[in-house]
Amino acid sequence: MMPGNLKAGAILGYAVLALFIFVSLLPLWVALKTAISYPQDIFQSTTRLLPPRATLGNFQRAAGLTSDIVLTSVNASPINFVLALRNSLIYTSLVVTGQLFFSSMAAYAFARMRFPGKDFLFYAILASTMIPAIVLFIPNFILIKELGWLNTFQGMVAPSFFMTPFAVFFMRQFFISSPRELEEAARLEGCSPFQIFWKIALPLQRGPLATLAILLSINAWNEFFWPFLTGRDESVRVIAVALSDFLSQTGAGTPDWSGLMAAVIMSIIPIVIVLAVFGRQIVESLQTTGMK
Amino acid sequence: MTTTMIPRRAKVRLPDWAVGYLFILPALVGFVLFYLVPTVRALEVSLTDWNLLRAPKFVALANYDKLLADPTFWNSMWLSLCYVAYNIPVQTALGLLLAVLSDRLARNVSIRALIIAPYLISNVVAALLWLLMLDPLLGLTNDWLQALGLSRHGFLSSPGEALISVAGISTWRHTGLTALLFYAGLQSIPRDLYEAARLEGCSEFSMFRHITFPLLRPVTTFVIVTSIIGSFQVFDVIAVGTHGGPAESTRVVLWYIYELAFKFNKMGYASAASMVLFTVLILVTLVQMRVLRADHSDLD
Repeated sequence: MMPGNLKAGAILGYAVLALFIFVSLLPLWVALKTAISYPQDIFQSTTRLLPPRATLGNFQRAAGLTSDIVLTSVNASPINFVLALRNSLIYTSLVVTGQLFFSSMAAYAFARMRFPGKDFLFYAILASTMIPAIVLFIPNFILIKELGWLNTFQGMVAPSFFMTPFAVFFMRQFFISSPRELEEAARLEGCSPFQIFWKIALPLQRGPLATLAILLSINAWNEFFWPFLTGRDESVRVIAVALSDFLSQTGAGTPDWSGLMAAVIMSIIPIVIVLAVFGRQIVESLQTTGMK
Repeated sequence: MTTTMIPRRAKVRLPDWAVGYLFILPALVGFVLFYLVPTVRALEVSLTDWNLLRAPKFVALANYDKLLADPTFWNSMWLSLCYVAYNIPVQTALGLLLAVLSDRLARNVSIRALIIAPYLISNVVAALLWLLMLDPLLGLTNDWLQALGLSRHGFLSSPGEALISVAGISTWRHTGLTALLFYAGLQSIPRDLYEAARLEGCSEFSMFRHITFPLLRPVTTFVIVTSIIGSFQVFDVIAVGTHGGPAESTRVVLWYIYELAFKFNKMGYASAASMVLFTVLILVTLVQMRVLRADHSDLD
């Protein structure tokens, strides 16, 4: 039998949990509500959780299409968010492909091979996570500028393309704890080290690789500071930067909230899908990042 | 090409150490070009006066001298410190509370997936969502405050409230991650300790105080150290939500360095400021590791 005060405590506990989840999700609901509202309605219906009438016109506007919405405000500067989404997709694919491939190669070497300075290099890479981004961004910006790579994908991607300390650390743990027998057998068969890595060791880590790919993709998709410094031109501008620029263009007036929120919803749809499908992997892998 | 065909081809065999270096070569190139060299270069640039147009002029420690006497820089450090003070205690306490609650009441993974959702959304989107939520005219928050009989607030548009509002946005986004890390830590505490305590007639609160809290120390240290380092470097929400304003009330250290480097092209001075920030963060980390006794778990 549960004592009365414990039961009351449990009810209070559930209430706190529910309140927390409510506060976590409320802004997303308000964003969705605003995105499907006619711009002229949003001032009248601030406290209502549903719009008086719904429209998909804002999404059409955010995609650069024509819609039935007539904007009277001067602050309605059109931005093609579809182009920004495309750029985000290119940026994310490039960064994640490079990081996954090169970081797992390095992680495999750090886990399996012997070479002078191995431990020193591994810890040096780990220690580099302590360097504040701004320390690196100033010289990296100068370098990219000197190369003439501002406003190009190669300039935006280069600094994070070859490795990220987190990915090296993450994959190394899995390679260390996986059995060596298959790799030994393949080596006796005369396979080259790269073949052993590519055809045996790496496929065995399909699960961790997929998880890592998800985490790195979410990170790259959300990246703001570096693309904000190096990729402001519309042809390469990613969604996070485009959203920020769209708001800045408003100046002191009231922003085009319904258009902006439609773009926000478009930008988080991929994340919502990934969370719905891979929720368990994301939760479990984030849990272990704190554990060492 | 199948693996069985390959051995037939005669090949030069590289020594093991060379193979190792080849495998880490791309990562090492990335590390050297974009981490190691820039760190050294930042130090080098910090000793110059350089606006990117003319050649850098060596000025030795002049930037550092100027920086130590620059009230704007120290004010920005102070604002960052205030920001950390608004952000971290609330976020850590809420995260711990949530972790304990979901560990006791809702161990289902989908609950944790919902809790982590704000963290998977970018800072930029978090800032935009809360700009709307906190808008003085059409924000839901103000309407609800009014409905409760409280006064309306300017939040991000008020100099007295902007910094704490930005901290609130970060707290909204990061509490879920903090909770998740604490939750993982809770899983490593042996359940029979709680069973024994319950048999002894301990209350929930005294179990938390005498079992959970001491045994979570390594996780707590990790959470606090990493979140303070992150919090000191808040940028995105400021860049989208306040631009350092209103009335410079959110000009935290990263925004100040950003303006020096990328608005006013003072590369040398900005680099010097970034090196000072780097040093401060290292000191802060060392002190915390000491105070919180990171390597010690009390479980032995």
